[in-house]
Amino acid sequence: MAAHEILAATNAVVTLDVALPGTVWPWLVTVNMWAKSIGTGVIFMLFMLLKRYPDQVGKLRFPTIVASIIFIHIFLLFTLADLHQPLRMWHIFFYPHITSAITVGAWMATAFVGLLFLLAFLSFVKKDNAAFDKILPWVVALAIPVTLYTAGLMSQCTARELWQMPTESAQMIFAALLSGSAFMLLLGGGKLNWDAQKSLANILALSAFMSFVLYMSEYIFGPMKAEEVAAVLEYIKGDGPYTSMFWIGQWVAYLLPMLLIVISRVSKSESILKLAAILALAGLWVVKHVWLMIPQLLPMS
Amino acid sequence: MQLGFLVDLHLCMGCKGCEIACKVENEVPLSTWRLRVKYVDVGTFPETKRTFTPLRCNHCENAPCERICPVSALHYLDNGIVNIDKERCIGCAGCVMACPYGAIYIDPQTQTADKCTYCAHRVASSMMPACVVACPVQANIFGDLDDPTSNISKYIQSNQGNVQVRKPEKGTNPHHYYVGGGNVTLNPLASQRIEGHSLFNKITTLPVGGHH
Repeated sequence: MAAHEILAATNAVVTLDVALPGTVWPWLVTVNMWAKSIGTGVIFMLFMLLKRYPDQVGKLRFPTIVASIIFIHIFLLFTLADLHQPLRMWHIFFYPHITSAITVGAWMATAFVGLLFLLAFLSFVKKDNAAFDKILPWVVALAIPVTLYTAGLMSQCTARELWQMPTESAQMIFAALLSGSAFMLLLGGGKLNWDAQKSLANILALSAFMSFVLYMSEYIFGPMKAEEVAAVLEYIKGDGPYTSMFWIGQWVAYLLPMLLIVISRVSKSESILKLAAILALAGLWVVKHVWLMIPQLLPMS
Repeated sequence: MQLGFLVDLHLCMGCKGCEIACKVENEVPLSTWRLRVKYVDVGTFPETKRTFTPLRCNHCENAPCERICPVSALHYLDNGIVNIDKERCIGCAGCVMACPYGAIYIDPQTQTADKCTYCAHRVASSMMPACVVACPVQANIFGDLDDPTSNISKYIQSNQGNVQVRKPEKGTNPHHYYVGGGNVTLNPLASQRIEGHSLFNKITTLPVGGHH
């Protein structure tokens, strides 16, 4: 790998290295990140809609909270499934190591789930929208670090040069905004007026654009800074094993939704908006999976 | 006290005695290694040579594995060893992802992370690590880096300018040194890995559970 770094003069070939088995964090972790983006993203969108279109969103409080609870539980379930010793999960709470983003994330996600259930209770049982709207900003505030902690975790992976904190946290926030707006377009489509849908579409398009810019910046400029990044990005260039998947992800998650949103603005078509939303949600999984896999292909020894 | 390791690559002849001793001492399961010797062939026939590089945990001063472990299963001992408590490990594999040296693996029998501990149990009984004892050419030098009269300190002093660590740019401050190393031996990106061009092509890999 990384032929650009290998001196022809030395012609060095590894002839024996029982390198450790390949993928350590598999597709389960991709689902984890994808579901968490949706689970937190819909909370951001509910908050925005309540501020800007309070008359439109009344009936969306409970369904949005239910959606968030479902996706956060998918995230938690796949996190648990990825552990080799899932029955010891309680160690995180009884032997916490606070320098670890995993520990901090687990504590915050637990608090987040508790608040989601409180909101569900207020909305469904108590029918108390005033209390719901008072607590929601705190849930939004907590949703931000819940979204970002995985970026912290990835940046703590010193071995994986590709994952840098500023970029990863930006990607995580944009992923939450993209998937949250996409999911809300699907969930609330019929209940929202065109203006509200346009706002969601704008957020989707802008977050898709910013995410695409970040990936392309990494793709073009990343190799100029670090040889490990250069070596990792070889897996998505030329005939690399993840080249096709990378570009499929970029098109499906970002480029096509942007294009469809522009078309929908002209044609005022809700169906096109929904198609853009579905593509963005599906493409986001692909994009995240590629970015998770490629650094794991690089031999560490 | 700060225990450290040094391997003189001029002396290592790739016999893999250290690897076997480690396997036996620590009951390391099939398909996993706490210590392994990498062979890199250099040059073009007939001007060729084979280099040998023993690879193990670097017991970093600023260990990414210790920092990322959510339950402190990976922890520092007073003597500087980065140790692991397998009973506490939840198997999140964060440490495997964090270690820049590929020194940590998931034990297929216990489903927990594991790695070289510099034979902490032997050190606690004032014995040398198993790999040091097994080395027929004394290429492995182990001792207290804080003690200027220890063998390792003297070796480092007498080889000033020729002592390297792996991936210094990571800022991990490894306590594992090499004498006589170079780009080919210490930098994984400096050599090719040609499929089917390995001395052992069919290595049995035990499953480590689930979809991993």
